[in-house]
Amino acid sequence: MAVTSFASAIRDGLATALAQDSSVIVYGLGVTDPKGVFGTTMDLHKTFGTERVFDMPTSENAMTGVAVGAAIGGLRPVLTHQRLDFALLSLDQIVNNAAKWHFMFGGKRAVPLTIRMIIGRGWGQGPTHSQSLHAWFAHIPGLKVVMPTTPADAKGLLLESIFDEDPVIFLEHRWLHNTVGEVPDGDHRVPLGSARRLREGSDVTIVSASLLSIEALHAAEHLARQGITCDVIDLRSVRPIDWPLIEASVRRTGRLLAVDLGYLTGGLAGEIVARMATTCWSDFRAAPQRLAMPDVPEATSPALTKDYHVRAEHIAAAVGELVGKPVDVQPLVAARKHPHDVPGDWFKGPF
Amino acid sequence: MTDELSRRLLRSMIRIRAVEEAIAERYAEQQMRCPTHLSIGQEGPSAAIGEVLLPTDLAVSGHRAHAHYIAKGGDIGALIAEIYGKATGCAAGKGGSMHLVDERVGFMGSTAIVGGTVPVGVGLALSRAVARKDGVVCIFIGDAVLETGVFYESANFAALRRLPVLFLCENNLYSVYSPLSVRQPAGRSLAAVATGLGLEATSGDGNDVVSAHGLLADAVARLRGGAGPQFVELATYRWREHCGPLYDNDIGYRTPEEFEEWRVRDPIARLNETMIAAGTIDAKWLPAVEAEVAREIDGAFAAAAAAPFPSPESAYQNLYARPAGPEATTWR
Repeated sequence: MAVTSFASAIRDGLATALAQDSSVIVYGLGVTDPKGVFGTTMDLHKTFGTERVFDMPTSENAMTGVAVGAAIGGLRPVLTHQRLDFALLSLDQIVNNAAKWHFMFGGKRAVPLTIRMIIGRGWGQGPTHSQSLHAWFAHIPGLKVVMPTTPADAKGLLLESIFDEDPVIFLEHRWLHNTVGEVPDGDHRVPLGSARRLREGSDVTIVSASLLSIEALHAAEHLARQGITCDVIDLRSVRPIDWPLIEASVRRTGRLLAVDLGYLTGGLAGEIVARMATTCWSDFRAAPQRLAMPDVPEATSPALTKDYHVRAEHIAAAVGELVGKPVDVQPLVAARKHPHDVPGDWFKGPF
Repeated sequence: MTDELSRRLLRSMIRIRAVEEAIAERYAEQQMRCPTHLSIGQEGPSAAIGEVLLPTDLAVSGHRAHAHYIAKGGDIGALIAEIYGKATGCAAGKGGSMHLVDERVGFMGSTAIVGGTVPVGVGLALSRAVARKDGVVCIFIGDAVLETGVFYESANFAALRRLPVLFLCENNLYSVYSPLSVRQPAGRSLAAVATGLGLEATSGDGNDVVSAHGLLADAVARLRGGAGPQFVELATYRWREHCGPLYDNDIGYRTPEEFEEWRVRDPIARLNETMIAAGTIDAKWLPAVEAEVAREIDGAFAAAAAAPFPSPESAYQNLYARPAGPEATTWR
């Protein structure tokens, strides 16, 4: 067990997989460059060779199809995109080939493929470098979609994704890359489709994923000091979703707040609220609520993003409304010392 | 060209056409309930490559794939059963005419999005290169694939890595009803485009199956010798409508005269006449082969008609190779 960053945990997971199985290959734009995709692939080619770890042409769609073919041919490719937005060029191969190959040929051949996509935010990432479209991928039968929050889960879910038999969309939030935590050594695995309760409470169930689980934890800590306790459920997988864990929590608390990195309309938070409304209706003591990105793209200027993202203070305020107690969120705002458009003082740009 | 090879090429074309004619003839029975794209008239390229590839070589294809599947050695019974939507179909009823597979003979899959399997074929070649396995991958494409971005991306990567890929382009002049003139600038050679991408490219007459075989055999020999990816463009023509069993020369997108020009260049009749003239076969050979393949095809249709449909539950199965949670089992 070592204390490392989320980015190092990703690199550790890749190195573990590459060492363990010669069928694992890792590629993507910048994978072998001097910055190694925010450190997540740094120097892996020096250990494992450029036949298995390589940079690629700026051809997201074909290189995704190449990964599908390589997977059908017996390899376990890990494809990396420095922004999710770039991967939109590859939707045909993801949706029509990767997701359907096993099904449409009658279960003949699996497609063990992992596609890493990094979600940007702040520092002027703007409309096309900051989208969290996990709901799109979760909508597609045949894909699995994961969104780790902690460094340990990043490694454990990555290894599980690589050695899974199906295509997995692996979503990393850029703002999590420098977060630090204990990460188990070796072949650490976290099962796909299992959520984790990060904090126990009895008043409200907060369901969140990725970076917003961190915001939810800050909010829950603040709320606890004011006598409101929350179950914070970190989804980890958004397809499949661990419904039993969420349902059990909602039945206990009777209140649900779904917090989502994606846009409000047609999103993950809506799915969670809808599912719980249909299965736990009689347990609700208040109408379930959701917090998500507004239905507009992220603008670039820092002047335009100040109140755009969901933060701990919004979560705390929403929980307060659910339980009918006004919550003073100013201490949460005051506790944040760095500007709103960076994850911390360590981030100096450029992306 | 040996006499035996000529006979094999002719027999292969007869067999492909007989399957396609049988589908056309019975399509109106409404038992084949899926879009079906026939290769009648353009059997030459398939027959030619079928005599070049080994069973250990791989192939992928697109929506008009019956001929490719058959030429690669695919099971005809499983093809017809698949079009009938039966459990015994090559994709267990999940795929239909446009999603064919017979991995036993290296036919790794055809899909319905134009250009969709091009990178998959390149990826199959990459997997073999990484595993240091021999063999080539044949990617069947039509002229329209050279209008898709994914072709350029895939060809570039194949050239970059010198992967053992054959892009076999059947140029039948039309994408559905759209002629090349609305899709490519006048005078452009598809082979020249391929050359510009770093593929070694040749062009020929796909309705002259003997010369087509020569071009393909040379290209595949170069691949086996370690040359980079190859592109062979073969001119040909589909006789029936883009999708379905009928002729459509009357609806106005192409002329009866154009059709007639191509019909007299029938690849089967041409080779048959050449071989009779050379004394390789006599006039009774072709009808005898037709009768023989008709028995095989009648058997395939009878078996498909008699086969069970897949179970209703199977509509929900095989979504994941390793389900990570409860699977959907009904429309709910």
